[in-house]
Amino acid sequence: MSMRNVLLAACSLLLFGYGAALAQSPNLGKVASPEEIASWDIDIGPDGVNLPPGNGTPQQGEQVYLAKCVACHGEKGSGKPNDQLAGGQGSLEPGHAPVKTVGSFWPYATTLFDYVRRAMPLNEPKSLRDEEVYAVVAYILRLNGVIGENDTIDAQTLPAIRMPNRDGFVRFSRGR
Amino acid sequence: MRRNKRPVPGEPENVAGNGLLDRRLFLSGTAAAIGNAAVANPAHAAEALPVEPWMKTPGSPFVPYGQPSRYTSKVARIFASAPGTTGTGASRTPHHLLDGMITPNGLHFERHHNGIPDINPEAHRLLIHGLVKRPLVYTLDALMRYPMESRITFVECAGNSGLLYQKEPAQLGVQPIHGLLSCAEWTGVRLATLLEEAGVDARAQWILAEGADASGMSRSIPLEKAMGDALVALYQNGEPVRPSNGYPMRLLLPGYEGNMNVKWLRRIKLTEGPMMTKDETSKYTMLQNDGKSLQFCFTQEAKSIITRPSPDLTMGAPGLYEITGLAWSGYGRIAKVEVSADGGTSWALAALQEPVLPMAVTRFRSPWHWDGGPATLQSRATDASGYVQPTRSKLIADRGARANYHFNGIASWGVAQGGEIRHVYA
Repeated sequence: MSMRNVLLAACSLLLFGYGAALAQSPNLGKVASPEEIASWDIDIGPDGVNLPPGNGTPQQGEQVYLAKCVACHGEKGSGKPNDQLAGGQGSLEPGHAPVKTVGSFWPYATTLFDYVRRAMPLNEPKSLRDEEVYAVVAYILRLNGVIGENDTIDAQTLPAIRMPNRDGFVRFSRGR
Repeated sequence: MRRNKRPVPGEPENVAGNGLLDRRLFLSGTAAAIGNAAVANPAHAAEALPVEPWMKTPGSPFVPYGQPSRYTSKVARIFASAPGTTGTGASRTPHHLLDGMITPNGLHFERHHNGIPDINPEAHRLLIHGLVKRPLVYTLDALMRYPMESRITFVECAGNSGLLYQKEPAQLGVQPIHGLLSCAEWTGVRLATLLEEAGVDARAQWILAEGADASGMSRSIPLEKAMGDALVALYQNGEPVRPSNGYPMRLLLPGYEGNMNVKWLRRIKLTEGPMMTKDETSKYTMLQNDGKSLQFCFTQEAKSIITRPSPDLTMGAPGLYEITGLAWSGYGRIAKVEVSADGGTSWALAALQEPVLPMAVTRFRSPWHWDGGPATLQSRATDASGYVQPTRSKLIADRGARANYHFNGIASWGVAQGGEIRHVYA
């Protein structure tokens, strides 16, 4: 390619590059409607946007926990054979063996709703109704002393919770 | 500690302590002159070499999909599952029994959070939505028509080599300690192409990537990476991605910790901030000595491991050996690898086998004359950014020993008098 042609090519890229790139893109995706997306749009971020209607209390959650969770996570979230869910607060302090639980380590309560609804219980994930998820989340938060016995967890109260280790995270940067 | 031997006439000179020889030795042809005297000894050549039965009968018929030799059944992954589960856990690559830079598909490491889904490719969909101008759904058939690109990249679990945070060296070998690393040629569609088709809203800074497995594994990823070298990979070493690695499609983020390379990719949501999923908060964060945890450490730092000699492979007779291993960096190319046989007192430059690619493993080789005595073998990688792989004690001094993840310090194999090899701290 001559220098003149290279320059011409560069100019046309500058002028038409973006549009041309899109025009050349196969564009084989099908536009999805909000109705189609709704059943897949399950993530819950720290702001709680997307939390479903419904609510639950620690007392209701205890029933769900005893039926669905205790076999893996132990009595009152004490762990064994799988992850411990309660306790461990103070164990992140220097010189301690860390016991990472929802109460001692998790920075956001919304993560608990997101994770339980998408992944738990392990042998039948996505089987809990939203009310059951709210309830078992309330129970686990209660076990950790994060909420009171008579508190209710719903789309408003859950994102408002300040977890004990909320300020325990620092953004990584290389060389640190 | 042993020092450099005085050069003997006719023998190559040591370039570092305890028998390390010049990396060009095998290229120069002088290697044949040293090594085993037995090779030249004709004392046992009296009997004729046998003509084996497999030369006297037709071989086996064709099979549709090839399998390894039945004599190599030990070249296999090892795995462990969480209590009460069969497919939740990890399997590890047997690097001590492999060579080259590409991990065969059946030996690529795995980490599953609730088993391997049996996905019907005709039913699978990839949804792109959130902060986009128009949400789009793609079928596998549609993506197969897109222009493809290949990247030869490693994928390494952030928990790989995490055992080296322990106080005492785990008495294990390459596979259980460093086996959560593999390298493959991944081919697929640039994620940026699909995001541009959906039209990225100016407010979007992150994406959430989600898998179609039973755990719905999800991670937040900076949009910059998604618009950069990220691929929606459809092929692994030339064949459709294996179910254990995300069939029919996985996200590939060259250089980033394995967990973010979401398998069975079904959904990408563009967001303003990270979603703080379970795996980016309660896992894959590094607790430091002061009680604070480092979050969003994405890139796998420069690192190297010696794959041979290593535990489970006892040394033979004293003589010439090749020390070989793998080096890699999520920040780019490997610039050099040094090898030590005296626990880091002296270092010899290893030969790097071509190709040396960014975000791929690089195979290194170093000739070594083992005199039959004790040795401590180490390797140290430097990447193109100038970063040098730290010692284990430096890494732990900086970060503490409670971090679990991203261990990239120098590992050591101790060779004892007689040739037994153990994992040691040096």
